Amino acid sequence: MKNENEIIKVDNLVKNYNGTSAVKHISFSVAKGEIFGFLGPNGAGKTTTIKILITLLAPSKGEGIINGYSVIRDAGEVRRMIGYVPQMISVDGTLTAYENLMLMARLYDIPRKERERRIKEVLSFLDLESVRHTLVKKFSGGMIRKLEIGQAILHQPPVLFLDEPTSGLDPVALRNVWKHLLELRRLFNTTIFFTTHYMEEAQEVADRVAIMHLGRIAAMGRVDELIKQTKKEAATLEDAFIYFTGTALQETGNLRETKRMRETARRLG
Amino acid sequence: MRYLIEIIVKSYVLAEMEIRKLLHDPTELVTRAVQPILWLGIFGEALSKVHAIPTKGFTYLQFITPGILTQSVVFISIFYGLSIIWERDMGILQKFLVTPTPRLALVWGKILSSGVRGISQAVIIFLFAVLLRIHLRFTALSIVGTILIVILGGGFFTGLSMIIASIVKTRERFIGIGQVITLPLFFASNAIYPIAIMPPWLQFIATINPLSYMVDGLRAILVTGDVSILPFDIAILTVATLVISFVSSYLYPKVVG
Repeated sequence: MKNENEIIKVDNLVKNYNGTSAVKHISFSVAKGEIFGFLGPNGAGKTTTIKILITLLAPSKGEGIINGYSVIRDAGEVRRMIGYVPQMISVDGTLTAYENLMLMARLYDIPRKERERRIKEVLSFLDLESVRHTLVKKFSGGMIRKLEIGQAILHQPPVLFLDEPTSGLDPVALRNVWKHLLELRRLFNTTIFFTTHYMEEAQEVADRVAIMHLGRIAAMGRVDELIKQTKKEAATLEDAFIYFTGTALQETGNLRETKRMRETARRLG
Repeated sequence: MRYLIEIIVKSYVLAEMEIRKLLHDPTELVTRAVQPILWLGIFGEALSKVHAIPTKGFTYLQFITPGILTQSVVFISIFYGLSIIWERDMGILQKFLVTPTPRLALVWGKILSSGVRGISQAVIIFLFAVLLRIHLRFTALSIVGTILIVILGGGFFTGLSMIIASIVKTRERFIGIGQVITLPLFFASNAIYPIAIMPPWLQFIATINPLSYMVDGLRAILVTGDVSILPFDIAILTVATLVISFVSSYLYPKVVG
């Protein structure tokens, strides 16, 4: 039976690469307006799952539904329903903040009459109005991330996918980015699906989390419930991760992922 | 029809952003101009003294100017694949692929962008040709024809490079392959010597090399004035570019896989 409040539904999703399974029969759903953290170390299957849900990858088996549309059959509709902020810096440093936003406004078919107003609103919402005509290569890391969020919300999508949104940011910039994301949820009931390998971040902002381990969901639920199950005093989400996966959260991932992360951290620096 | 209009409009949007980038930082245009200037100023000047290559009554510098322009456009275009890999690594490509933009528009946007860069090279090479007193035909037809051939020819090699990028997937491999194919493409064409003096096997390669049709068309409008073969050259380039852009639009989203 379809749950009216359900905006993301993943059913028995599998992704195989050359004989190995990156994602192994995972199922979950996310409610409208929920902040859902998808946790796990590099190589756990988080990014593969997100790529399937944003229509960049076809699943080997299973289904993903976004706001009633299949990521396999209705990719075009799904793309209009979602905003996406990749892990790496994806704004163009040689364009201004306004030009970066205008590019997305035109690619998302925002009517000509509305573009200027939307860009103004987004710049104002993200406190970037004063740097509207500044080249993005002069921005700080936190400003870059905010502009990327601006590009992703310009067409007012009901679901926002963020892949490691605070990777490489200092604690002040991290808080500032989340301040705006929480405000976005408060104002528009936007569903926020984010991946991270920072447990403290997820513990602080997520309504619910799924812990990915070796391509499977090892545990899923409210942060406090998962922590409670560890039966440890003053436990954290990191303790819950160890409890459910039987392993400490380590920096894993391949050379390419490590290079990407370091490059992002350097550029946001 | 609506879909075709969407493709054209969004291709233009992407190309316009490329122009804005060039306007913000035109350094690239200057640095890219060095190589064709060296080819014309040193190689062309030196060989024009030898009189060893038959050029049908035109100076050697006149003969090779369209070839050097073609080379410059092809070198710019062929490394667009590298930018695709870079954009993939940065997440820019993923972000574009997640927008409701037709895949073909993303390819045509790149093709137009490489055309913009190619046209800027044409302007620089023409200015240098004037400086070297190389007589070229500057008419409305030659200017429009140059723009068309640069966009079509550059488009073919941009599409080809995007296909290569979708197969090799890494910057290191792409740079290796890019270097392996660009110079042979250039030498196996009529860019710096006529096809007639080549051995038969090389003549065959030159005949199926789209670069030869670019040179042929540019030479007709800029040097000889005999445009009888021009429709054929443009038809070949149009078909080749369309075919490769369709193949590329299917293959290059796989670079993110």
